[in-house]
Amino acid sequence: MSAIVKPQTQGLTQADVARIRANFPILAERPHGKQLVFLDSAASSQKPVQVIEAMDDYYRRYHANIHRGVYHISELATEAYEEARASIARFIGTPCAAECIYVRNATEGLNLVAYSWGRSNLKRGDAILLTEMEHHSNLVPWQVLAQQTGAQLRFVPVADDGRLDLHDLDNLLDGVRLFAFTAVSNTLGTINPVRDLAARARAAGAVSVVDACQAVPRMPVDVTEWGADFIAFSGHKMLGPTGIGILWGRKALLDAMPPFLTGGGMIGVVELTKSTYADVPARFEAGTPAIAEAVGLAAAVRYLEAVGMERIHQYELSLAGYALERLAQVPAVKLYGPPMSDRTGVISMTVGDIHAHDLASILDSEGVCVRAGHHCNQPLMEKLGVPATARASFYLYNTPDEVDALVSAIEKAKRIFKIA
Amino acid sequence: MTDNTFTGMDELYRDFILDHYRNPRNAGTLDNPDATFEDLNPLCGDKIRMDLKIDDGVVTDVKFKGRGCAISQASASLLTEQIKGKSLAEINKLGKEDVLANVGINISAARLKCALLGLKVLKSALALKYVEEPDL
Repeated sequence: MSAIVKPQTQGLTQADVARIRANFPILAERPHGKQLVFLDSAASSQKPVQVIEAMDDYYRRYHANIHRGVYHISELATEAYEEARASIARFIGTPCAAECIYVRNATEGLNLVAYSWGRSNLKRGDAILLTEMEHHSNLVPWQVLAQQTGAQLRFVPVADDGRLDLHDLDNLLDGVRLFAFTAVSNTLGTINPVRDLAARARAAGAVSVVDACQAVPRMPVDVTEWGADFIAFSGHKMLGPTGIGILWGRKALLDAMPPFLTGGGMIGVVELTKSTYADVPARFEAGTPAIAEAVGLAAAVRYLEAVGMERIHQYELSLAGYALERLAQVPAVKLYGPPMSDRTGVISMTVGDIHAHDLASILDSEGVCVRAGHHCNQPLMEKLGVPATARASFYLYNTPDEVDALVSAIEKAKRIFKIA
Repeated sequence: MTDNTFTGMDELYRDFILDHYRNPRNAGTLDNPDATFEDLNPLCGDKIRMDLKIDDGVVTDVKFKGRGCAISQASASLLTEQIKGKSLAEINKLGKEDVLANVGINISAARLKCALLGLKVLKSALALKYVEEPDL
């Protein structure tokens, strides 16, 4: 057996990563007596102590409802909630905090656009363009919108190499009112050319909607540079808590949109039979929002900024490159997705005739957490011709040693299934 | 290379389980089945269809078709062997314990659904049949 040469990682040094890991209490857990090797951050990332403590501190010292109380701790809570919005806005490159609407997650953000913008702007005969690599959350809301408005759905195909096949895009965009696409495929790791797609949508007169769930956590994102109209992402995939995400939208578009959910907090004047609505963003934040989660997400953003998004991106790419290199040398491992030049640290694979679930169970017995299944991406899986894949995804706290742990757990799975 | 760190997994994926996964018994479909049902576990995509021939309250033939993990496919295969020639009364009594006894190990909660999918499909096929022909 030849000696394994550990990669020279980019972006972060081993000492950086050791310091980062010390901030994540869960990484000290030992499931089944094995060191936890968490390779499922594309589904949901782990949380640093800075995020956990920020939320804890909020509940211990200044929890109160926001935008209502005139007393001190309510003012503190309101301030923290709005400062969090401003931090997140800065993080994604917009000077206008009001363009950032708090939602539960990207799914809710996309549903908000489908419901509010879609129902007031689409009519029978209009077209909605999607891609074949969308997560169900960026597919089903548009299916429902199409059913309800009589609009037609079109799809940009995925080529065999896992990239979008854009050669017919101009034709596909003809007559399209809305083009929704993911920035990064959650199954294949493909990085899509967001800036180009948004520009071409605009040129064709279509509004562009970007599912940025897999992009915002792991690469620098500047909404001004992207030039899209709506962008949705979830907090829990970027070191933040569950239950909070952001829908960013162009102010002019948001201002013209009717409310999504209605109730308290989103109103102007309420009479018994009719009401006026608050300005953006409050118009889209009915009911008591996730205040602690907003505070937690802002802490996550500060953490990511302190490490540096470009460094995180480079580090993740170098880990994924090492993983692809090692996995390619394991007989019976089949890898899906584009070459490293166009992908992030998300790796989908199958191993011989081992079903992804069996593979994930065996990896779990070694403490290695991967996602198994269709990744909320059933049409794409049909296209790939596999019922399910195992997906390993890397983040700033993973290490080359964990790549090695993945590879040796896969080798054990092969032994159990008697695969050469 | 011996490996005792994997004892649990070795127990789960014993030779007969792998054999039933790779060479499922009673694989295929039946023409004009007396009862049939297909179901899937939407979380993982495991899918099983089961066709039954029933004569005088006895299952005379059964075939299944599916895709999914070794646990779901092997336990469905084992189940088809178990029910062939059995009366509906006997089959109605089959439960979770019987499936686990077939597989031969206690399965974690996360994988229990896989193991029980075949039984669920079988019971659904019979329930549907029973509704259509209440005299059975």
